[in-house]
Order: sequence, then structure tokens, then C-alpha cells
Amino acid sequence: MLEIKNLSRTFFPGTVNERKALRNINLTLGNGEFVTVIGSNGAGKSTVLNMVAGKLQPDAGTVTIDGKNVTKLADFRRAKYIGRVFQDPMAGTAPTMSIEENMALAYARGRFRGLGAGVGAKRRELFVEELKSLELGLENRLKTKVGLLSGGQRQALSLLMATFSEPKILLLDEHTAALDPQRAALVSRLTNQIVERHQLTTLMVTHNMEQALQLGTRLIMMHDGQIILDLDSEQKQQMTVKDLLGEFEKIKGAQLDDRTMLQ
Amino acid sequence: MITAVELGLIYAIMALGVYLTFRILDFPDLTVDGSFTTGAAVAAVSIVNGVNPWLATLLAFLAGMAAGAVTGLLHTKGKIDGLLAGILTMIALYSINLRIMGKANTPLLGEETLISPMRAAGILGSWTSIGIFFLVSLVLVAAVVWFLHTEMGMAMRATGDNQEMIRSFGVSTDNQKILGLALSNGLVGASGAVVAQYQGFADVGMGIGVILIGLASVIVGQAILTQRYIWLAALAVVIGAVLYRLVIQLALVAGLEVNDMKLISAVLVVIALLLPKWKGFQKIVKSFKRTPAPVTDSKEEVRTNA
Repeated sequence: MLEIKNLSRTFFPGTVNERKALRNINLTLGNGEFVTVIGSNGAGKSTVLNMVAGKLQPDAGTVTIDGKNVTKLADFRRAKYIGRVFQDPMAGTAPTMSIEENMALAYARGRFRGLGAGVGAKRRELFVEELKSLELGLENRLKTKVGLLSGGQRQALSLLMATFSEPKILLLDEHTAALDPQRAALVSRLTNQIVERHQLTTLMVTHNMEQALQLGTRLIMMHDGQIILDLDSEQKQQMTVKDLLGEFEKIKGAQLDDRTMLQ
Repeated sequence: MITAVELGLIYAIMALGVYLTFRILDFPDLTVDGSFTTGAAVAAVSIVNGVNPWLATLLAFLAGMAAGAVTGLLHTKGKIDGLLAGILTMIALYSINLRIMGKANTPLLGEETLISPMRAAGILGSWTSIGIFFLVSLVLVAAVVWFLHTEMGMAMRATGDNQEMIRSFGVSTDNQKILGLALSNGLVGASGAVVAQYQGFADVGMGIGVILIGLASVIVGQAILTQRYIWLAALAVVIGAVLYRLVIQLALVAGLEVNDMKLISAVLVVIALLLPKWKGFQKIVKSFKRTPAPVTDSKEEVRTNA
């Protein structure tokens, strides 16, 4: 479904700040695969995500979604294949627009937007059904401005908006990092539910190793622009946070504690 | 006074355009000073050359759209700062407007205009004409509100609200900005066309400071009516435009001269911007509101721009 081939990118080439963000990354996600990505700061996790989304261009390599090479497509042109949830709960919704209007914006993903009504009676029914699945009571507040919702509610709504039109790829960029533990657990649970329900091919970056082990069917660890560990579902299930840290030390021979990883 | 209300309702068309860019797209567009005159010039020259006044006004709308599209292209494709892009188009339009008219002033005396039948019937400056102008502005408010609730219009609102987000749903924010600027300046051009027909001439200097009138209308309206619903916000713009004219009228009655009007406009905008921030004013407003907004919402209220 998603194929990343020989992806490389160097920031600030030829200067003292030169940094190889990605070194020849290869990664293939099968249909419905849910991959969690962990790694220290500057490992290249977000760079990979941004290249799949089209926010960053690679120096070399290709990104292929469902057999279509999208490497050169602008972010909004490949948006019809990709659902995204951002780290900032404020980033995924339009604050001055109502809940149902936000849902309508998401509903029209990648289609031509004409002069038809954005929210019709039929669509509203669909939105209510979808919002019910969040179990946050948002279906009773269709006319509420999204800016009035709490961070957790907004992030849950962002997640629903990114997914209910069933994109080919779902990208989650530390989407629970800015929430308090309770809300983070809620959004984690919803993520699991939604990905399973729609069988979405998912790439999730996280700093939380616990979460990386709990969610998903495959785990990838990145360091210094490379993938240094790739665990399938079975291997992943037997892993603990401690094991992960051990793996990291073994491969890199570097002394790292949980703290550095979480930074 | 009635003349002031009439003028206010005509300028409200322009203010609705400014509302589209300033509030919906969150884009401070200075093209307005040029495109207002462009609309007036195109309509005046067309009418003098025997074009039907309705068609002439439509041409003014299209000319305004073209001007707005240029600013949009400069800003999005040329990556020029929004304020500068508007200024560049505005200055360029000054020469273009002179080219369109061939001289600094085009009189419309004795020509058949949109206003001349009203003048002939003797209803200009009466409640009837106010009713007609009010109806026209209501139709335009309805059109703007309708548009902003279509899929395209909602994409435009989202562009002004959260660009990153709406791009992730497949909308070209560049195209939305160009379209918004074009529609906005189309309305501004049409307003200029009607003003020219109302006052009986188009003048190359008539657009100077129009952006301030537009901003004053939007901001004054916003200070009076809640922005919770789009239709109320759009209606507030019309009311703001009329109030602005009345304040100007009062200032003139009080002994200030026509030449002081730009200063009055600027002072009015400053007052409308600063007054809501003053704590004493907030208290007064609160005492009038039946249901005070919850404390936690106050921060979001400021962000609310639709």
C-alpha cells in the first residue's frame, strides 16, 4: 500500500550545520498494516512522515501509494490518499467553524468542492453516526464551534475527520503527546478502534515506547536517519520497554536511558 | 441624513468585499483603494459609450475580480507579502484607471444610469430609495452567506482559519486565496460603479481611503453584533457601513470639513479597534448581555473571526 524506496534527505548541505536526516530509507507497508515508529530526537521519524505527506521533498528516492508514485505531488494533491493527525490538537480542525462544518470539510477530502451545500440533511445523519462512535457526546453539539472544545475532544474529532472518509494511508504524528495522560489514553483507544474498523494502513510516530508496543502490528526503531530495528507483530508482543532499550544499546552501542528516548 | 444612509448602503457592498478578505481569509487587502476606482471607471466609461448600466456594473464587477486575482497571484505564486502585494496592485491600478478613463474625471450627467430612473421618479433621498438600497444589500448579504456555506465557501473559510488543516484535506489554499481576493474586489468594483452612478461621475481619486471605510464598517459592525453566526456577521457589516456614514455626517454637521473626512475615518477605526479592549467598556457590554459567556470561552471568542 505504502512503499518508501531509497529515501534520502540532507538538511543544510555544504554548511557547518549539515545534517543527514534520512540515509537511504526503505520501508514497505502492506494493506492494513499499522506501524509504530520510535527513535530519539533527530532520528528522522518526522522527516519520513512529512515526506509521505508531501510537506518535505526528498533529495533522492520515491514514495509510492497504492502503486502510484506521489513523490512529486504537492501535499494537497496527494491528500486524497492520506489522512493526517497532527501533534498539536489545535492543528487538525478549523476553530471558528462548527463541528458539523469541520466534518463536512473532511467529508469532501480530495474531491472537487463546488457550490452545493456543505452540510445537507443526509450528510448530517452520516456525521451524527460517525460522531457517536467517539462516545464523547459531540453528536449533540453539531453547531458548536470547534474552538470551544477541549484539547482531547478536538484531537478525537481530528482523528475521526482524518479517518472516516477512509484514506489509503493514515499518518499520526505524536498525536497524543500534547494531551494529559487520561486524554492520551482515550485518543489511543480510539485510534486502535478506528484503525481496526476501517483496516487503515497506518504510520504512527510516537515518543511513548509503552504506546508503541501497545498499538499496531509492527514496530520500527529509527536512529540517525536509519531504520535500526524492525519487529513484526509476534516479536513486538514479547517486547517490553526495557527490552527495547536493550535493543537500542546493543545495536548502537550507545548508553541511553528512557529519558533520552523520551526527550 | 437620508443621503448618508443611502451612501452607507452603497458602500456596504464594498464593505462586504472587505469582510471576505479581512475576516474570512484573514488577509489585509489594500487592493481595494485601486479596484474601487477601477469599478467606477469601467462603469462610467461603459455608460458614456452607451452600454446598459446593468451590464456596465457587471463589467465593473469583473474588472474588480481581475484586480483581486492579480493581488492573489502576486501573493501566492509570487510569494510576496500580502500587504505589499495589495499595495503594488493598488498603485498600478492608479495608472490603469487613468488609462481606462483617458482623463482624471468622467462625468455621467444626463446619462442613463442605475440611479437615474430613481432620480427621475423623485424617490431618491426618500425612505423608498433607502428601502430599495437596503433590499439590494440584503440580497448581497444573502448571496455571501449562501456562498460561505457551500463546499467551496467552507473551504475558503477553513483557508482563513487553519491552512495546514485544510491542505491536509486536499484544498489548494493558493487557489482559495486567489478566488477570495477576486470575489472581494469584484464586490468592491461593483460598489465603486454604483457610487459613480449615484454621484454622477467617476474620479481617479475617489478610491483613496476606501479600505479604511471598509475596515471601519467591518470593525464597527463587529463591535455591535455578535460574530457567532455568519449571517449576523455579514449583516453587521452593512449596519457598520451605514453607521460609519452617519458618524461622518454628524462630524460634518458638527463643523468639521469634507477635507477632514480621512482623519475622521482613521480615528473611527482606531476607536473601534481599541474600545473593545478597554476594560470599562467590557464591563458595560457584559451588563447588557443576558447570558454572559463562560470564562473559559473568552480566549476563543477573540479568535472567532467568522
